[in-house]
Amino acid sequence: MARRSLESIPLLLFISLIFFAILHNVPGGPLAPYLQNPHITAADIIRLKHNLGLDQPVSVQYFSWLSRVVRGDLGYSTSNSEPVLQAILERMPATLILMGSAIVVSLLVGVTAGLIAALRPYSAVDYAITTFAFFGQSMPVFWFALMLQLAFAVNGISGFGYQLRLPSAGMCADDACPWWDILDHLVLPTTVLSLFYVATWSRFIRSSMLEVLRADYMRTAAAKGLTRTRVVLGHGLKNALNPLVTVVALALPGLVGGAVITEQIFAWPGMGRLFYSALGQFDFALLMGYLMMVSVLVVLCNLLADIGYAILDPRVSYE
Amino acid sequence: MIGVAASLPNDVVVQRHGAWKRFVKHRLAVVSGVLLILISLVAIFAPWLSPADPNAIDQVHWNGFPLAPGVGNHLLGTDENGRDVLARLIFGSRISLTVGVVAVLMEILIGTLLGAIAGYYGGWIDYLIMRLTDVFLCIPLLPLLLVLTAIVSASSNKAALGFGVIVVIIGGLSWPPIARLVRASFLSLREKEFVEAARAVGNPDGRIIFRHLLPNAVAPIIVQATLDVAGVIITESALSFLGLGIQPPTASWGNMLADAQENLQIAPWVAIFPGLCILFTVLSINYIGDGLRDALDPKM
Repeated sequence: MARRSLESIPLLLFISLIFFAILHNVPGGPLAPYLQNPHITAADIIRLKHNLGLDQPVSVQYFSWLSRVVRGDLGYSTSNSEPVLQAILERMPATLILMGSAIVVSLLVGVTAGLIAALRPYSAVDYAITTFAFFGQSMPVFWFALMLQLAFAVNGISGFGYQLRLPSAGMCADDACPWWDILDHLVLPTTVLSLFYVATWSRFIRSSMLEVLRADYMRTAAAKGLTRTRVVLGHGLKNALNPLVTVVALALPGLVGGAVITEQIFAWPGMGRLFYSALGQFDFALLMGYLMMVSVLVVLCNLLADIGYAILDPRVSYE
Repeated sequence: MIGVAASLPNDVVVQRHGAWKRFVKHRLAVVSGVLLILISLVAIFAPWLSPADPNAIDQVHWNGFPLAPGVGNHLLGTDENGRDVLARLIFGSRISLTVGVVAVLMEILIGTLLGAIAGYYGGWIDYLIMRLTDVFLCIPLLPLLLVLTAIVSASSNKAALGFGVIVVIIGGLSWPPIARLVRASFLSLREKEFVEAARAVGNPDGRIIFRHLLPNAVAPIIVQATLDVAGVIITESALSFLGLGIQPPTASWGNMLADAQENLQIAPWVAIFPGLCILFTVLSINYIGDGLRDALDPKM
């Protein structure tokens, strides 16, 4: 396990190298935002380049960037006029709330649906769940988001004398920002972000549950007189759930990408939105900081998943 | 010289046998296949099927707002620039399908080659290639794609973020799952007797890889590649939706949705139809992929 943790360091270094090499091709380089400013002359640019070390070879620049990053200095955001680390950390909670609630909802709904489908294979319920899963897997999220906005925010769904309207932009209605208001604003973005994972995880649980139900230990558990509920949940689901840890970890990079789109459409004040606006202005430090931050997040979660999997399933060991 | 058919292990022959029969049994996959053929025909014959030029503005009826379906011979209405929605949908299908297929062909090429080398040679080559796939599996794909397309669009003089760039960027970054699959098949296959035999009679490595191992590792590649076509279509439309994919005035289902977003309240039809096109195209490809999985590998 120690070796596995150590392996993530060269992994992250390599990722940072790729990002650095790519971002260095931004036209104008890290000084791109200044090039359009009429108050900054060509002489200023040359001086700035020299002061920031941008006239040195890329390799030298990379190592000076790296040495600053390990000391916690991610640079200064030109588009937000604040340190990159501060800009990212300010918006990280919003993104973590959104991604976290999407994961929780996907797990709850996905596992329940998969379990129901597996307990009655080839029944009408199973077909309904499978069909839903195929639709969920094939749905373009941004279009789904627009349709939800159309239904719940523009028109509002009415029935039984009530009208259901949900907010479709931002995280709170006002500065007070009580938790129930955040919850209200979370409904649509969470639905959008979790749809794909509800769909894929329910299919995953269905097939892994079907496999577990055929296992010998299930018959043993039933034979020793346990109730069906205890057999299915205590012995069956417990074993079917283990590989889900890995599946969730593998879904993280996709979730990060999905969060960028979702935050953009629902004006959710998270990191993804920050990244997207930095993209238009070629804010080198912020783009680099965001990409590294999400990569660290993904690598860290993968490591945790490996550890968790080894704890859950004693047959697994990392040598 | 041992013939390829004779050198196939029995279970592989059994699997292939009756694959078509099993595929036909998956009714939704067959229906999806028919639907996808129809969509492809529409894409191929777009200029003949389209009711109007996709970029032409209806000078007669257009009044600065999207025209509702039915007004002035526009079956599905027009967008905010007075262009026929149906015509743009028909031409947009060309973008989605070709980006999907070409990017996946590229991904198969890279993934198969790297996976085959890693699985066949093993050792430090395998280690290096697998660490490289780890890297690409950890990087969130969409942000990286956005950065790359943003750089390309800013570097070129005009907004020439074309079809080719999108294909190369998506295809060049989505090969790791294929590489892993091919490597896994090769690892289990290379110890089999027929490979041993092929090596014993003095076949060169390249011939063993392409003539003896690869044909036996094709089934999972086909399934994965089919599902990836669906994924790439979604990715392309997401990039176009965010303004960093196919650039207007060329119609793509994704950039049609981007334009529709602003007029969602007054003209929902401009948003509804491109999304339905993406949904049903991707859905049919996913069902075909599922059918192929059942047909090619009954154990999965």
